[in-house]
Amino acid sequence: MSATLYVFGIVAALAVLVVIFMLLRRGTLRERHAVWWFVGGLLALIVAVFPQLLAWTARLIGVEVPANLIFFVAIALLVLLSLQHSAELTRAEDRIRTLTEHIAMLNLRVHQLERTEEKRDGEE
Amino acid sequence: MRGMAAPGSKTLIVVPAFNESEAIGDVVGAVRAEMPDADCLVIDDASTDDTAAIAAARGATVMRLPVNLGVGGAMRAGYRWACERGYDIVVQVDGDGQHPAHEIHALIADLEHADIVIGARFAGADGAGARGPRRLAMWILAHTISRIARTRLTDTTSGFKATGPRAIRLFARNYPAEYLGDTVEALVIASRAGLRIRQRAVAMRERQGGTPSQSALRATVHLMRSCLALCIALTKPRASIGPAWSSTEGLVVS
Repeated sequence: MSATLYVFGIVAALAVLVVIFMLLRRGTLRERHAVWWFVGGLLALIVAVFPQLLAWTARLIGVEVPANLIFFVAIALLVLLSLQHSAELTRAEDRIRTLTEHIAMLNLRVHQLERTEEKRDGEE
Repeated sequence: MRGMAAPGSKTLIVVPAFNESEAIGDVVGAVRAEMPDADCLVIDDASTDDTAAIAAARGATVMRLPVNLGVGGAMRAGYRWACERGYDIVVQVDGDGQHPAHEIHALIADLEHADIVIGARFAGADGAGARGPRRLAMWILAHTISRIARTRLTDTTSGFKATGPRAIRLFARNYPAEYLGDTVEALVIASRAGLRIRQRAVAMRERQGGTPSQSALRATVHLMRSCLALCIALTKPRASIGPAWSSTEGLVVS
């Protein structure tokens, strides 16, 4: 492996981590959503710094081409993240539903109160 | 007395409606004529037409949802309102006019022996009038839920229902908004919480416009979704009936 490729790998992994950190700092990304992205970035950095580690792990598990191990881990991570997002979406929808119901009920109560108020004013 | 569950019980007729400006006026009119002592609450599920205005003009109380939630969401809001306002009986009547208002008395009368009374279409003949996958779906749903509820039910997807105080308290918290959640899953939740379910045969009117799809593909998808909904409903943790609903529940920051 050439030195440029080695440096490129480290720089790319670091860039990902820096971007995640910046997003967290600006409040664009919440900590609990960033965890898995952070894990991914860290794994990429470790593999970029110690490529032997990848080859060793691949041999240990029995993966013939070490790059396939990267693809496997990356896809697994993305699938998990996607699932997490779907679950979060469901939770968010549920909250919207509860809030919608509450707003509708409050609206009706205010409307009824206003009507009784008007009636009372009319009688006076 | 027309066979009320208990004399002096407060009854609320809940009508979920989404863009039903053509039918809603007659539905509210019929309900008010049949049940002059009951309150009629139309839940306008973020309609884009003048459903709310027509319902209000005919004398219904109208609750407008700011976002479309589907029948399940609309009905949970109705049950919450009923719970908060101390109603003893809630009757769901769809806004499209297919549920006959004069049968409401009969459903309420049966509440004396049950917590939920379903107004069933074609009671007695499982899935009559339907063919193929749709009929199979009806058969599976009817037989599974009949076993759980320990009573014979033939039409589990009917929206025409009368519910007593225990069911109102349960549904104020647990009323699913998913596919078939407001009918099939709600029945599963209720019977697993120990509520008694009965059905009463009711002659339904034709839908006022819009025929149910009969395409084979749609029917097969319906079959698969029903089975999935049933499986999920059966494996969910049991819900308990719980105390009366308070207006701040779920909004209190813990």
